[in-house]
This record gives sequence, structure tokens and C-alpha cells, in this order.
Amino acid sequence: MENNKYLREEIIRMSGVNTSKCMKCGKCSATCPAYDEMEYHPHQFVGMVETGDIEPLLNSESLYKCLSCFACVDRCPRGVEPAKVVEAVRLTAIRQQGNNRMTANDVPAIVDDDTPQQLLVSAFRKYTK
Amino acid sequence: MKVSYFPGCTLKNKAKELDLYSYRAAEALGVTLEEIENWQCCGGVFTTAKNEVATKLSSVRALKEANDKAQPLITVCSACHNVIKQTNHAMQTNPEFAAKVNRYMAADKDYNGEAEVYHYLEMLRDIVGFDKVKEKVVNSLNGKKIAAYYGCLLLRPNKVMRMDDPENPTIMEDLIRALGAEAVVYARRNECCGGYISVENPDTAKKNALAVIENAKAAGAEMIITACPLCKFNLEKCGTDMPIVYFTELLAEALGVKEDTNGK
Repeated sequence: MENNKYLREEIIRMSGVNTSKCMKCGKCSATCPAYDEMEYHPHQFVGMVETGDIEPLLNSESLYKCLSCFACVDRCPRGVEPAKVVEAVRLTAIRQQGNNRMTANDVPAIVDDDTPQQLLVSAFRKYTK
Repeated sequence: MKVSYFPGCTLKNKAKELDLYSYRAAEALGVTLEEIENWQCCGGVFTTAKNEVATKLSSVRALKEANDKAQPLITVCSACHNVIKQTNHAMQTNPEFAAKVNRYMAADKDYNGEAEVYHYLEMLRDIVGFDKVKEKVVNSLNGKKIAAYYGCLLLRPNKVMRMDDPENPTIMEDLIRALGAEAVVYARRNECCGGYISVENPDTAKKNALAVIENAKAAGAEMIITACPLCKFNLEKCGTDMPIVYFTELLAEALGVKEDTNGK
């Protein structure tokens, strides 16, 4: 429990988000282009960090579904900025030893003649520390 | 006038035409793009975490070089623009982050976000002026129906990007009209194409990209223009017959410099 408290504080500090401002209207999730792919949706990230229920988020595939499109950030009527919470939880997970999700060895299987460099650098930014 | 220019990784490789036509069109409009020396990749995505420093240094170096030359910094790729502009904003508003960056860079003079960052579209609107662009058009696009695709990175987060109204943008439509074409306005022009998710879930990207294309098509578009190589890739990967074109290519065509081989 004590550990969870520090984890929560760390995520709040990293993200700069005040999760208690959320009024649970769900607009962030309604506008999220990755909604269908997510186990936990943007409003749940905010709510679960607020209550300290962070372990399920750390182990969820939802971390890697966020597209960093900032739709939830701009459309939240309370200025909560949910994507920043998702990002902070993702980094907390990925900064642990051995948690990189992609390595250079994966690249040949991904690229074809059309693959823009931008796709690979963005993926590395999101899937590795 | 001379401006500093940050091309970014993809513009020197898979999106060479975006870079080439940026140079040619700028030259035709009386602006010389001076490439940042030894620029480094922006990384493609801005990490919003406040304690993430190293991944933002390449952007700070580019910003600092432009500022040292007293030139505005021009970007073309939506991702580069987003990362560099958000980094500059963090340098302006987060003193703890700026202090860490400056300590790391150990330059003669600290940098605290003084540079002015313009996307190429903003340069056309705010430095050159769309009226001047219109005057320089030699091949009018004759009412061709063109849909602007903004995607996510150009407009959001609006608090930082400040390019246009994030829900009802007009900057690309105004450019399309200045070039003599008809701007097709459609609902999904500022929704995400799926971005880097096409590495792990190509089907998700395809679903998002198809929704954009179908929406533009239903509104009568004959062509979609974009500023982002990843948007172009995702839209084209749907197997659509809709031409997806960089806005600078359209601009160069209208200005009559698309085939110029004397320029860079």
C-alpha cells in the first residue's frame, strides 16, 4: 500500500496532472481513436491513478494503444489532460529493467519500401525507454 | 529573407519530395531556407513526462542554433513541428527542466525558449502572407476539389501549438483557396490516422485512415493534402485510389517551380 502511494505520487509528479479535477464525464474516452483497442480507457487511467489502483494499468496492453494524438488533452472540459497520465504510467512500466517492447532486431520484419523513418523513430520512442 | 530550417529524418529519406518542394516553393516566394547544421532527429513523439530530458536535447540544439542566428525556425513535418514546439514551450514554462537541459548542454549562453518556431504553413500565412502566395500563382489549380488533412500533431495540444482553431482550422483551406482550388471541408480532417500504431496493429491504423478517406471522399474530395509523412503512409496503406499529396508539392506546382532543376 505504501509502495502504491509513492507510485501514485511519482505518476502525478511526472505527468503534472491533477487527477482530482476529473468529473468523470467520459469525453476523453468518447473521443479516443484507440478506444476499441483499450482494456482501460483514458477516463479509467485518470480515475485509477487518483485512487492508487495502478498495478492493473502497469500490466495492461492499453499503455501501448494510446496514439499520442492529444485529442483527450484538448477536448477535456476540465483541462485534466488524460494522455499525460497514460504517458507517465507507460514510462513507469517501460523504464523497468527488461521492459523494452521493441528492439532493433524487430525492425527488418516491420519495414517495407514505403516505411517512413518517422514510423520507426516514433515507435521506438513509444516502445522503448 | 533567410530563415532557419529543420527538415527532420524522413524528409531526407522517404519524404524527399516534401523537402525538395519546400525549398523550391520558398525560393519562389523570396524566402531562403537555411538548414540547421548537424541537425538531429526530433524523435517523432514528444514525451510529455516532465522528468524526460535526454530525448528533447536534439530539439533544443536546433532551437538554440536558430536563436543564435536571430532567425525564426521553420519546420515542415508535423511531427518535427510538434516535438520542437512542445520542447520550446517546456523550456519557456518549466524552469526545472530548462535548468537541467542547460546544465547538460553546457553552452556559453543558456537557452530558455527564446526562438520563434513556425510551421511552413504558418510561415506562408504569417511571414509571406497568403495574398502574396496568391499573386505568385502561375498554374492555378482551377477549382480542383482538395481536402486538407491536418491529423493530430499540427493542431494539438492547442495550448502549445497555437496554429489555428483546433476544432475548426482554416490555415490549409486558406492555402488551397489561394492556389485557386476549392477547399473541401469534412469532419475527420483533425482526427488521428493511427500514427505509429501501424507497427503493431496495422488494422487499427487502417480503420482510422479509411474513416478519414471515406469522409473526405463523401464530401467530394479529389485529392487529400498533408504535411506529415506518417499520415501519408497510413492513408496510402489503405489501398485507396485517392491521391495523397504533400502540401508543398501542390504549392510548388501552383507556383510553377515543381520541375525547376536549378533549385536545391
